[in-house]
Amino acid sequence: MPHAPELILSLERIAAKIRIDVIKMIAKAGTGHPGGSLSATDVMTALYFHHMRHDPKNPKWEERDRFVLSKGHVCPALYSAMAESGYFPVSELMTLRQLGTRLQGHPAMQYLPGLEITTGSLGQGLSAGLGMALAARVGKKEWRVYCMMGDGENDEGQIWEAAMAAGHFKTDNLTAILDRNSLQIDGCTENVMCLDPIADKWRAFGWNVIEIDGHSMEAIMDALDLATTVKGKPTIIIAKTVKGKGVSFMENNAEWHGKAPNKEQTEIALKELEAQAAKLGVEVSKED
Amino acid sequence: MPAILPKPWQNAGMREAYGKTLVKLGAENPNVVVLDADLSGSTQTKMFGKAYPERFFNMGIAEQNMTGVAAGFAVSGKIPFMSTFAVFATGRNYDQVRQSIAYPENNVKIVATHSGVSVGPDGATHQALEDVALMRGLPYMTVIAPADAVETEKAILAVAKMHGPVYVRLTRSPSPVIFGPDYDFKIGKGVFLREGKDVSIVSTGTMTVPAVQAAEILASQGIDAAVLHMPTIKPIDVDALLKASETRKIVTVEEHSVINGLGSAVAENLAYYNPTRQMRIGTEDRFGESGSAEELYDKYGLTAPKIAERIKVFMKH
Repeated sequence: MPHAPELILSLERIAAKIRIDVIKMIAKAGTGHPGGSLSATDVMTALYFHHMRHDPKNPKWEERDRFVLSKGHVCPALYSAMAESGYFPVSELMTLRQLGTRLQGHPAMQYLPGLEITTGSLGQGLSAGLGMALAARVGKKEWRVYCMMGDGENDEGQIWEAAMAAGHFKTDNLTAILDRNSLQIDGCTENVMCLDPIADKWRAFGWNVIEIDGHSMEAIMDALDLATTVKGKPTIIIAKTVKGKGVSFMENNAEWHGKAPNKEQTEIALKELEAQAAKLGVEVSKED
Repeated sequence: MPAILPKPWQNAGMREAYGKTLVKLGAENPNVVVLDADLSGSTQTKMFGKAYPERFFNMGIAEQNMTGVAAGFAVSGKIPFMSTFAVFATGRNYDQVRQSIAYPENNVKIVATHSGVSVGPDGATHQALEDVALMRGLPYMTVIAPADAVETEKAILAVAKMHGPVYVRLTRSPSPVIFGPDYDFKIGKGVFLREGKDVSIVSTGTMTVPAVQAAEILASQGIDAAVLHMPTIKPIDVDALLKASETRKIVTVEEHSVINGLGSAVAENLAYYNPTRQMRIGTEDRFGESGSAEELYDKYGLTAPKIAERIKVFMKH
């Protein structure tokens, strides 16, 4: 079913806002991971602002869909999506990574209601997501589980243990999203540790694979819908993305995996992101 | 003081007790789920698998994933018990236990069998002598080593009721049952099995039976030894330790490395509260090897006569 252009536009506007949040948060903290946060923003926006059933005012609502951020270091985008959707005040975003914050450097469920599991050590989220998906089966619940992974993270053996197990248990209530930005800390994923043919690998483990442009809101929404209809196997959406998406000097540059922009760089980044937002009709506040 | 059963003590397996107790728990609580890593015949979780196949998950030989899946169950309101051999339940998946279970304080029960040298012929690769060290170093983790099959059952029932991560350490070989059905197990409580004024033996897990027997040998030679059984290694019962330290000499005995196990926990606490001379008996800073359980216990000085012998020497200095 095609999505209304108004809906797509409204989601694109939210994504534009989240990208601005991400840069502001990381700049304020002086530390963090902008590259992957910006590549993962569109998928997270689609999940939190349209696709997932959840209630920000009641994060423990039992029937909710679950989101697991296995690539925990890109939590600035997740925190922003949570704040912008109403889990906590947007102003709290500026406490990222500071002493006493609920917004720990990597997502910690024990600090912040609405986080489903604690992540940060790569390769572990898919297993937890599988546990949640199997728990739904045991409890005869309808909830679905969404797990976002990084592509570099697919180097981890545990990912493939979980992939094999999800294929084995045929957990069709589990959808994984691979943020395929093709960069990891030390450079191109294919040079550090070759992943391709990545789609074939997932297929071989018993998964339904959908490959999309991870910055096309329409493609993301269609893929998420399609995954819901697939029975008898889990689905992975391989979302081809650009690391650092939206900030010219960060795009496709592994250097921006885990580095905060300085004052000048922040100004340039925000200027670019705000121009993109304005183009979509977003009113950008000039606070902080 | 809990009465120990009169001799002769009958042997029973902790693993079998674990399997049967899981089935009992499964009947009482629909939220109990069990995971195993292709060792369900050895760990005896197969009993649960037979009774409740829809709540039993054989995760294959993939302990890291099993650990994460257990965490996923826990955050979904289930009470997961995950089992495999102690080396694989704590070492193969250490980071997963740390990140996905301990740090978020998730309600996962890690119940490992085949700890210690009594694994026997399989040799050092399969003999966990550092598992307590790994688990007790993790914040929020409770660590329990029952002495026999009866205490195993009571411990499993108790950990199912408490909220939070737990490591329960069981062994392969059947061992003498010293506790009766009325024995009152409490998490975090040590139990004096014998009074004594010359020296206190503090033991845990499989070493409690030889500790009691060593005290009997010592009694026949004029040394009055108390025995404090410490089933919970973390959090440790400091009050019981303080009472034990009144003898001014402490001997800890465990089927585990003398580094970072019960002996270390006792030393850390008494060093502050009541510095007491202490001898740690366990495996020294070394790996195990192939042999029968009896041969290895003898070689590493973990039999009652050898423990008594070392305590006699300790008493002279």
